Amino acid sequence: MLEKGTIAPDFELNATPDQKIKLKDFKGKKNVILAFYPADWSPVCSDQMALYNEMLKYFTKHDAQIFGISVDSTWCHLAFEENRKLHFSLLADFEPKGTVAKAYGVYDEKTGTSERALFVIDKEGKIAWSYLSPIAVNPGADGILEALEELDPQ
Amino acid sequence: MSTLKPEVNSNDHIQGDDTASVTIVEFGDYQCPYCGNAYPILKEIEETFGHQIKFVFRHFPLANAHQYAVPAALAAEAAGLQGKFWEMHDALFENQYRLDGDLFDELAETIGLDLERFRQDSVSDVLREKVEHDFDSGVRSGVNGTPSFYVNGAKFDGAATDLYQMLKESTT
Repeated sequence: MLEKGTIAPDFELNATPDQKIKLKDFKGKKNVILAFYPADWSPVCSDQMALYNEMLKYFTKHDAQIFGISVDSTWCHLAFEENRKLHFSLLADFEPKGTVAKAYGVYDEKTGTSERALFVIDKEGKIAWSYLSPIAVNPGADGILEALEELDPQ
Repeated sequence: MSTLKPEVNSNDHIQGDDTASVTIVEFGDYQCPYCGNAYPILKEIEETFGHQIKFVFRHFPLANAHQYAVPAALAAEAAGLQGKFWEMHDALFENQYRLDGDLFDELAETIGLDLERFRQDSVSDVLREKVEHDFDSGVRSGVNGTPSFYVNGAKFDGAATDLYQMLKESTT
């Protein structure tokens, strides 16, 4: 897993079938939170995404954009976002499968999904905080919030 | 290990003895079915352990998932201004199966609130801020879903039934 201080590997992933998100587009503009999770629809992840959904105004306050990432396809993400009324984008690390998870060191070869991991990336594109959670445990948001507060201009 | 931030204080709704040795804090959402399931178990805990238990409820409404979560939290707070927070808290969980926008007035009448005042308070910014403040404390305390429990300030990883079991083992 990539640690604090590492340059965050750039990526370009679909947020919807016709919209791509490039990490480098946020450089100099926004902090980025990446929440890797194993799969849409599984109970723990859903709670986790539901929690982040409630926290968007916190993230906005700290000038941060959150993305969920899993190996599910864009169509699966769309259905999941609609069903859970999510107001942030889920990125499809779908083809070639798990490339971004592998680059961040959080791909589980055995299950063929990403692990449950959080990264906060600062405006210079550096990893400011990272956390690997046990797969069955929703990591909450306190760690993300503390990392963002440290990034706030003094 | 996540801990409760801030600690239990005078802004909290507290049930039970000041001298109790165990303080249980629940972060809950009145529309969350898991919180609804935990409610009778928490009642049983309070009955079984009596004076040993102090119980605190903080709001953690998942507003996007549950459309009545915030209005319900406000209803409980508005009842609190008339000294009946816990009566409304109980009524909301006991009637969770039929929770909708019309239920609040009905419950307010049932528990004997001044209805006009209740309606005004239910939309007050001060109470909305109080609910948001509870949510904020939950986020900072590492709440990752509802219900989340804290026992004497430390996050308890388990459901209400696990909490009951743990108390049974530690008090005998």
